[in-house]
Amino acid sequence: MVNTVMFWIIAALTVIPALSLLFARKAVHVAMSVVLVMVGLAAAYVTLSAPFLGMVQIVVYTGAVMMLFLFVLMLVGVDQREDLKETIKGQRWIGLLAAAGLGAFLVSIIGRVTLPTADTMPSGDPEAVAIALFDRYVLVIEVLGFVLITAAVGALVLTHTPRLRPRKTQLEVQRDRVRVGADPVNKPMPGVYARHNALDVPALDPEGKPIEHSVSRVLEIRHQTQEGAEFRAALEDPSRKEGDR
Amino acid sequence: MDPINFVILASILFAIGAAAVLLRRNAIIAFMGVELMLNAANLALVAFSRMHGEIDGQIMAFFVLTVAAAEVVVGLGIIIAVFRARQTISLDEPAELKG
Amino acid sequence: MLDLTWLLIAVPLASAAFLLLAGKRADRWGHWVGVGASSAAFVVGLVALIQMLGLDSEDRAHAVHLFTWIPGGELNLDAGLLVDPLSMTFVMLVTFVGTLIHVYSVAYMEHDASRRRFFAYLNLFVAAMLLLVLADSYLLLFVGWEGVGLASYLLIGFWNHKPEYATAANKAFVVNRIGDIGLILAMGLMFTYFGALDFGSVFAAVPQASTAQLTAIGLMLLVAACGKSAQFPLQSWLGDAMAGPTPVSALIHAATMVTAGVYLIVRSAPIFEGAPAAQTTVAAIGAFTLILGALIGMAKDDIKKALAASTMSQIGYMMLAAGLGPVGYAFAIFHLVTHGFFKAGMFLGAGSVMHGMNDQVDMRRFGALRTAMVTTWVTFGLGWLAILGVPPFSGFWSKDKIIEAAFIGDDVQPWILGGAALIGAGLTAFYMSRLFFMTFHGKARWTDEQHPHESPALMTVPMIILAVGSAFLGLILATGDRFVTWLEPVTGHAEHGEPVLPAAVIMVATLLLVALGAWIAWRKYGAADVPETAPAASLATIAARNDMFQDSVNRGVFERPGTHLTRTLVYADAALVDGAVDATAHAFARTGEVTRKTQNGQVRSYALTMVVGLVIVILVVVQGGL
Repeated sequence: MVNTVMFWIIAALTVIPALSLLFARKAVHVAMSVVLVMVGLAAAYVTLSAPFLGMVQIVVYTGAVMMLFLFVLMLVGVDQREDLKETIKGQRWIGLLAAAGLGAFLVSIIGRVTLPTADTMPSGDPEAVAIALFDRYVLVIEVLGFVLITAAVGALVLTHTPRLRPRKTQLEVQRDRVRVGADPVNKPMPGVYARHNALDVPALDPEGKPIEHSVSRVLEIRHQTQEGAEFRAALEDPSRKEGDR
Repeated sequence: MDPINFVILASILFAIGAAAVLLRRNAIIAFMGVELMLNAANLALVAFSRMHGEIDGQIMAFFVLTVAAAEVVVGLGIIIAVFRARQTISLDEPAELKG
Repeated sequence: MLDLTWLLIAVPLASAAFLLLAGKRADRWGHWVGVGASSAAFVVGLVALIQMLGLDSEDRAHAVHLFTWIPGGELNLDAGLLVDPLSMTFVMLVTFVGTLIHVYSVAYMEHDASRRRFFAYLNLFVAAMLLLVLADSYLLLFVGWEGVGLASYLLIGFWNHKPEYATAANKAFVVNRIGDIGLILAMGLMFTYFGALDFGSVFAAVPQASTAQLTAIGLMLLVAACGKSAQFPLQSWLGDAMAGPTPVSALIHAATMVTAGVYLIVRSAPIFEGAPAAQTTVAAIGAFTLILGALIGMAKDDIKKALAASTMSQIGYMMLAAGLGPVGYAFAIFHLVTHGFFKAGMFLGAGSVMHGMNDQVDMRRFGALRTAMVTTWVTFGLGWLAILGVPPFSGFWSKDKIIEAAFIGDDVQPWILGGAALIGAGLTAFYMSRLFFMTFHGKARWTDEQHPHESPALMTVPMIILAVGSAFLGLILATGDRFVTWLEPVTGHAEHGEPVLPAAVIMVATLLLVALGAWIAWRKYGAADVPETAPAASLATIAARNDMFQDSVNRGVFERPGTHLTRTLVYADAALVDGAVDATAHAFARTGEVTRKTQNGQVRSYALTMVVGLVIVILVVVQGGL
């Protein structure tokens, strides 16, 4: 028998974060919630007298798999916001219905069967697991080793991009830049020639106009720039001298 | 408390994972749904192991965990490759299978 | 030399292939290659003939094995040649007359850009005809038979830039195909009944066959002969075949092609001997066609078409003779040979007239040409006397014998056949005299731009040779029954029957009718003026002018119902058969269109399908299991 309180804590710890899979907008939030679910499952394993598996669960899932997910999320861009509006007609309701029906069926079936409950607890400590793994299931373990190696090689193949042409030298980079008519020199730094010595303020050209592209693009996306509004206002209204302020 | 409740919990988690696969367009989130489904199965296996008083269920969960790890590696590799090719990871985008 | 008779076929065939492949560089001298090939064939034939004459009559049939042709399980057939007096006669006729026509064509086709091609076809024609007469089996004969059909098609449509000429060639080809079907069916029957196709085995098996079987084979052979020899009801192509250059007409009418049918009947004599009904049909068709052709010939104003009708009529005589049995075979071939000479001579004469008259063919615009073209007049005149059957010219010796033979028999048959032959002689005299007088006598009715002149020596010399043949060949061959004796190994000895009328009476009646026909023609067309346009005429004349409405009859009896039947079948095919197939296809296509929508390419839709399926499976398993 397992602790009832423990069960409900685990249930809450798994089901509630799992729901974020359906409702959270940002993938990072989802990933963090799933980490919680994994921790909850680890707790469940320990409760079900499988302490070694619980540890493995934490190490493999929260430590490796979910971190891998986060890496990939960073690679493809955290910005990949998802519009939750459904695009395929009927997919949402049929999908929800199907998933709910699946869950309902499973629950009702489990409720209808009577399963034996052993008095003896299985020994889930590392020693027992090790004996089982490397004795009875040693062949399976070896096959799994192949699977893992294959997966590793597969991942390498999938993510590998062969270099089709030689790496550009600095000279070539510069030539290309001149050819397309870009600035041959570095862009002006933000905040230079400005009173505000700050990154979020555009530089001013000799005429006193703000140079928009001197500000970091990232700040523009985040709407964290000053946009040089005050300088433009000063240019448009000559009566307002700098000294007046 | 009867360990059968964990099986019911596993069923619910499984359904949530399936719903995530069906409803989310972000490939990574859908993939996490798949992971959740695998883990729900694991939970059921461990619960059965507990009920039978045998260790074999745990061993099966162990194997599933290993295979899931391999699957994650390959799956994320595919996602990266798709992203490189299309600059998006929306599941609705690759519709070449359209008949 | 008899073993080398294959050269007869090979030389002209090789020459034809050479001329066709040589291309433009042979344009200037290619025609002499053609003449040479034909002459070489004649020389080979002549040497073989001399050698054969040196043998006893029993040994004269000589088989030449060429190669194993069809080594089939049940059908083993060797390609071989049968050189006997009958085929030798044809070889001599074909090569001799053919060579003269070749020589004539050199001049006649001088201004034609495709003369080389023309000679290639002529050589092909000669080769095919020689193969036809030399073959030792029906199947090899069929190869030559088809070759003749092909060559005639190519030559009739030689000037195929004119659509009506091309149509005439098509018509000849199609009508000949009907005859071919007869020959194919005859071969099929032979194979079914006798299991063989070579002459020797078939004729050896004939005595065991039933009369019905032989009658079926005989009638099919008759269909074939009718197609090739332009006998009723397959005669319609012959008049249109005049579309070809005149030497072609001469070749078709005199030496090759139309004689093939007669050859087939005579060669198949053992079969017809066993099938009296088929034999009588042959004679009846011959008699009918000879009257039909004569009637058509009486009304034609086109010199070549009148000659074509005459050919139809004369071949009718030959068929009539061939249908009489052993009494007639020799005379059929005899008449074929003499006819080959005088008809070739007259066609070449007609060609010469056209040559001098700017390709005019309307006899009403000729007249008085005897002054302008003396050689042509004389040679044509000899051919005219020969075809009339005036003694001692060739036609008399052959035709008179046929008329006499037609009167042999029992019951009413000799009266009908003999009467037809007798009347035919009178009609022949009338229309040939009409043709002769309208062309060479009377007043000149030439158009302004016509300046008649004699043809060059290359054309007149063959005409002179043929005219000499027309005049004396019959006398030479008939003296002492030489020709009949010569053919006896093949045709069998004829026990000479007694005609229902005394032979002398028949001869006198024939000559009287001929004289009457010629006299009427002289009164109407020699002494009197001939109008330059055809006058309004009675219904009978109009019918004859239109070839007895043969085309309309064919159209009404065969083409229209055939067209309707075909249209009905096509409609039924489109509506029912195609409809059923199309409907099935459409049903699947529509199903596909509907189910295609489920294949929207969206991974999540597919996943949804899987989950729904899973739910259904669980539902079924649980409900079924619990």
